[in-house]
Amino acid sequence: MERIIELKNVSKFFTIGGGLFSQKKTLRVLEDLNLSIKKGEIFCLVGESGCGKTTTGKLIAGLLKPTSGEVLFYGENIWKMNKEKFKKYRKSVQIVHQDPYSSLNPVKTVYDILSAPLLKHHMVRSNGQCEEKISELLKIVDLTPVEDFIYKYPHQLSGGQRQRVVIARALTLNPEFIVADEAVSMLDVSIRLSIIKLLLILKQNFNMTFLFITHDLAMAKYFGWNGKIAVMYLGRIVEIGPTPRVLENPLHPYTKALLLAVPEADPEVTRNKKIMELRSLDLPSLLDLPPGCRFNNRCPYMEPGKCDKIEPNLYEVEPDHYVSCELYGDET
Amino acid sequence: MENILNIENLYVDYRARRGLVKAVRGVNLELKRRETLAIIGESGSGKTTLGLSIIKLLPSSAKISQGKIWYQANGKKYEVVSLDNSKLRKFRWKEIAMVFQSALNAFNPVIRIWDHILDTADSHDLRLTREDLRAKVLELLRLVQLDPDRVLRSYPHELSGGMRQRVLIALALLLDPQIIILDEPTTALDILSQRSILELLKRIREELNLSIILISHDLSLAAELADKVAVMYAGALVEIGSVYDIFYKPLHPYTMGLIKAVPTVTTSFRELISIPGSPPDLIDLPPGCKFHPRCEYKGEECLKDEPVLINVFNDHYVACYKWEKIKNGKNN
Repeated sequence: MERIIELKNVSKFFTIGGGLFSQKKTLRVLEDLNLSIKKGEIFCLVGESGCGKTTTGKLIAGLLKPTSGEVLFYGENIWKMNKEKFKKYRKSVQIVHQDPYSSLNPVKTVYDILSAPLLKHHMVRSNGQCEEKISELLKIVDLTPVEDFIYKYPHQLSGGQRQRVVIARALTLNPEFIVADEAVSMLDVSIRLSIIKLLLILKQNFNMTFLFITHDLAMAKYFGWNGKIAVMYLGRIVEIGPTPRVLENPLHPYTKALLLAVPEADPEVTRNKKIMELRSLDLPSLLDLPPGCRFNNRCPYMEPGKCDKIEPNLYEVEPDHYVSCELYGDET
Repeated sequence: MENILNIENLYVDYRARRGLVKAVRGVNLELKRRETLAIIGESGSGKTTLGLSIIKLLPSSAKISQGKIWYQANGKKYEVVSLDNSKLRKFRWKEIAMVFQSALNAFNPVIRIWDHILDTADSHDLRLTREDLRAKVLELLRLVQLDPDRVLRSYPHELSGGMRQRVLIALALLLDPQIIILDEPTTALDILSQRSILELLKRIREELNLSIILISHDLSLAAELADKVAVMYAGALVEIGSVYDIFYKPLHPYTMGLIKAVPTVTTSFRELISIPGSPPDLIDLPPGCKFHPRCEYKGEECLKDEPVLINVFNDHYVACYKWEKIKNGKNN
C-alpha cells in the first residue's frame, strides 16, 4: 500500500526563556522520530501527557515546522512544496481537536461553521450547492434531521453533537487523512463510543486514513485493532507494531508498565493485575533528560553501564513489531 | 456491620434561569464502616451534587429540598441537613473530608503548601501547637509518599499533578476523618500516576480504617476499588449492588449499556455496543423512567411512572420494570 505520510528523522525543539532575566533553554520535545502511515490505515499514537504526541500530530498536519528532518506527503517533503501543492496537502490533512467546547466559534451557527471552508476553498459554486453539501455532511455525521441542527449555535448542542460538527467541518474539504487528537477524551462514556463508531464508518466508506492520538490504551485498542500502535515516551517512539501484537506481547518495559498499571472495567481482571514497581514515580523533565535510554531511571530492568550510557537502537523482535530497548540487543 | 452514613430520600435542586434543575431526586443510600462505595454516572447525572450534599457544601444556588443525611460514628451522631454553620465547621473535615476534582484548581496558587495546611487546620479548629501540627503533617506526607522538605515549601504549580493529588489526600486526612469523599480523584492524571494514587488509596483505607465514597464517571476505578457500586442517571440511583453483581450481573439497561460500551485493554478483543441518544435535560425530564427514551427494553409502564429501587436479591437493588427480562437475557 502507498505511504501517505512519512516522518524521517524528525526532531522538534522549542526554545523557552531567553528574556531579560532567564537563560535560554531548549526543550527537546521530539527527537529523531521515524514513522510511516499507509493509505487507509489507522495509526494510534499513545503515551502520557508531555510525551510529544500532540506535537507529532501538528507536524503531520503541517501546523508546525520540524527543527530537523523531513515530513513527507506521498513521498514529497511538505516544506519544499510549491504553494499550490502545499495548499492541496493542507486540504487533504485535517485535524479534529480534543475539546469540542473551545474549537467551535460560539457566535457562528453550524451553517456558518461548515460553509466558511467550503466558500473559502471554492468547493461550491452557489449558495444552493453550499446548503446541499452541508446537509450531506450533517447526514454523514448523523446529525439528522438536518433542519434541526443546521441553524443551531454550538451552545445549543451537547458535547457529542458538537464533536460531530467538528468532524463534519474536518470533512468539508474531502480530506484523505484525519489527525484525531484525543478526539473523544472529553466526552461521556456513552457518547464516546458512538463517535468512535462514526470514525470507523468514515474509514470504511471513504477509505480515510487516521492518526489517532490518545492516552487511553483501551480506546486505541478498540479503534485501532486492525491498525498499528506506536508508544511514545519523552519525545521518542519506544515501541511500534500491529495493535494486537503490541497489546498482547508488549516488549518495551514502559509499554509493559502502562499495560499493567491501567485499571480495567472488570473487577476480576483489574484486581489480579501484578503492578510493575518502577524505580521512580517522577517523569524526568524535558530540560534535563537522562542519558542513554530515557526510561532508564524508572525502568526496573535497567542494566547499569548499558541503558544509562547508550541510546537504544530499534530492534525488530517479531515481524513488523519494533522496540527501542537494548535489552533486546543481545538476542538478535 | 453498622452504617456510618445513611442518606434518606434526598432531593437537591438548583435554581437556574430556565427553571429548577433537579440534580438529585430521591436518593437513598447507605455506607457501612470501612466500606468503599463508588457512585458512577456521566456528567450531569448529579453525582458531584450528591457528594457535596453529604458535607453540605453546596453552592448558594442549590437547595436541599427534602431528605435527611445521618452520620454516626464513635458515639457521635449528626443529621447533616439540619446542621447550622458553626456545627458544620465542627463536622466537616473532622468526620467527613472531601478531595475535590481537578487538583490544581483546589489550591490557592499564591500560597505555599505549608500555608494551605495551616489554613485548613485553623479553619477547622484543630487545636495543636505548631510543633505537633508539623509532626502530624510529616507523618501524613510520609503516608502519601511525598518528600516533606520539598513539598511544604512549594507553591502548587511547582508540583506535578500526581503530587498535588497526594497533597490533597494528605490535607483531607489532616483531622482524622472517618469518611473521605473522592470526586474524580485520578481523572486528570496519567496512567502511571493514576496507578500510584490507586495503590495509595488502597493502603490508607487499610491503615486508617477509612470509609470511602468514590465519585467517578470511570467504571474502571469502581472495578478496581469499590466494594459497592451505585449507578446514577438523571439525578436518581438506578442500580446499587456489590461490585461483582454490577459488573457481571447488571440488571438495569443503563448499567448494562455502560459496561458494554467500555473497552478493556488486556482482555481479548470484543465488539462494543453504544447507548443510543444522550442523557435528558434535568430541567425538563421525560415522564416515567428517565432512561426510557434510550432504552431498548421499554414497555408501556415505563412511560407512565418512574420505577423505584427494589431489592432483587442479596442487597442488589434495581429501579427498572424489566429487570427480570434483562436477567434472563431476553429482549421484549
